Amino acid sequence: MKTVNLKVKRFDPATRKSKFQDYQVEVDDSAAVLDAIIEVREYQDETLAVRCSCRSAICGSCAMRVNGHAKLACMTKVSSVSPNGETIVVEPLGNAEPVKDLVADMGPFWAKVKQVQPWLKPSLPAPDREYIAPQEAMQDLVGAVNCIMCGACVSDCTVLEVDKNFIGPAALAKAYRFVGDPRETQTARDERLSQLSKYGGIWDCTHCYECVQVCPKDVAPMERILDIRRAAVAAGFRDNNGTRHSDSFARSVKHTGSLDEFRLLPESLGLDDIAAQLKFVPTALRAIAKGKVPSPLHHKRPGAEHVTRIFDEMEKE
Amino acid sequence: MRYAYYPGCVSQGGTPELFTAMKAVGEALGFTLEHLKEAACTGAGVLQERDPELGDTLNARTFAMAEKRGLPLMTICSTCQGVMGQANYRLKADPEYRTFINKYLKPEGLEYKGTTEVKHFMWVLVEDYGLNRLKEHVRRPLTGITLAPFYGCYVLRPSKKLGYEEHPRRDTYLEQIITALGATPADYSGKTRCCGFPILTMNRTNSLRMAGDHLLEAQETGADAMVTPCPLCHLNLDGQQPEAAAVRKVQLNLPVIHLPQMVGVALGIEPKALGLNKHIVSTRAFAAKVPA
Ligand code: SF4
Ligand code: SF4
Ligand code: FES
Repeated sequence: MKTVNLKVKRFDPATRKSKFQDYQVEVDDSAAVLDAIIEVREYQDETLAVRCSCRSAICGSCAMRVNGHAKLACMTKVSSVSPNGETIVVEPLGNAEPVKDLVADMGPFWAKVKQVQPWLKPSLPAPDREYIAPQEAMQDLVGAVNCIMCGACVSDCTVLEVDKNFIGPAALAKAYRFVGDPRETQTARDERLSQLSKYGGIWDCTHCYECVQVCPKDVAPMERILDIRRAAVAAGFRDNNGTRHSDSFARSVKHTGSLDEFRLLPESLGLDDIAAQLKFVPTALRAIAKGKVPSPLHHKRPGAEHVTRIFDEMEKE
Repeated sequence: MRYAYYPGCVSQGGTPELFTAMKAVGEALGFTLEHLKEAACTGAGVLQERDPELGDTLNARTFAMAEKRGLPLMTICSTCQGVMGQANYRLKADPEYRTFINKYLKPEGLEYKGTTEVKHFMWVLVEDYGLNRLKEHVRRPLTGITLAPFYGCYVLRPSKKLGYEEHPRRDTYLEQIITALGATPADYSGKTRCCGFPILTMNRTNSLRMAGDHLLEAQETGADAMVTPCPLCHLNLDGQQPEAAAVRKVQLNLPVIHLPQMVGVALGIEPKALGLNKHIVSTRAFAAKVPA
């Protein structure tokens, strides 16, 4: 047995105020954080609200922030987050409104999942027997399919923190589950990719790896977002700053071995988008005043011909 | 302390003061840095997104160059470190994959055998050089100065692929270095978050909101400056600070210094020789506060 010190963020729906409350409980050495919270609720304070069901990392209902990062409380050992008896801070999921104490409102989470139309749109009429899908194609979807909709990734997503309009990691990972499914019709897939390429979609992810870090099921939502980006670009949805940025980046590295920052900004914005270009003029002028604008004469690195060759050979394949 | 040196594109482009500062600090600490001038861009995650194998090939090429010299590889950019670290993780784990990638290196007479270590200067200071040894070189301790650490995503996540199993405290090294130099680290939640730079051209408003929020939070701790091991974070946090302040409708005036600049100041190197005059947000008040 060991003593656990918990600092729990409690939200009172009547006053709509949050405050931290300290608890101390005795639990088994192998206990999970959820066990400690349940111990509190059962024997010390029955008003403490927490959501859980399977206690086996399957149902996804016990996700919350433990010491600042989203985790499944039932899967997180006390010994891993408090090796020397340090106080464990527990809070409800981030990027969500609390309902009461550790229970967060999952309404907006499900609304975003619905937004990506999480159902298969196969060609009709249906075949006599089942739709056949090749093994490799389905294996590629295993990551996305493993999602248990716990909301940990959404809790810690850095873009959702500043923009509620972003579809977010869980729903985008779910979208890939259908984008990558060979049973979808071409039309349905194109329609999805067109929607997902818009504002709030795949190009708004900032590549911060928070969702990859916290996902308890190795869905790696950010990697799934990159999968959709590749699919969208390949399907011809190229009229966006993300694709232009990627093209400009690749062009300069391919031909010179290094990144041509002088061209990257204007080429990403689109050379004809004068309004967007103008927004960056003050930044550029300040940098020039400090003598730190990259040279417009971008020199090749020595050995650049090998970089070009590698690009050529790999692009051909 | 001899390393194959990979300074990255940005320290040779948009933040030249970082390159200057590392050179001065490397000399003062007795580092021998063999600049791999033929090494290509790491791909910064952007090339990896287009074609993961292409990205790994460019990085395997760099690792092979270091391996040939029998040296570990040192970077001064969180993004380069993360991208290279992940590439190395894949290449080391899978000999078959390495054989596949090596096909493309062969015409240049290169082969990667999977033995190169890739380490950010921040990791080198703590793990190889040692903070006690660093302390011996401090001429002007940063006493009375508070510094807000800002790591950059790529040296933190995904921790599984960045050597955290072997070195679990890598997420505290900035604070450790700040303390070793005599300053006080500021604690705030944004220190491990994203600066917003990757989406600057895709969604400028969100990018600036992110930078603005972290700068404001750090400023409100009373920090004299922010310190970062990532030049890409620097481009947003320093380069775009006036715009970030405007988007968030707040006053921001927080100098953002590169890790080697902070070390250099404590070693007694002149601010100008560290490029501290090249910043968008003036570093003068910070430099003046350092006890003589
Ligand atoms: S990688 Fe993208 S989706 Fe994942 S947490 Fe960061 S911004 Fe959100
Ligand atoms: S992707 Fe991972 S973290 Fe996000 S909801 Fe699914 S299981 Fe949870
Ligand atoms: S209680 Fe079901 S996942 Fe934790």
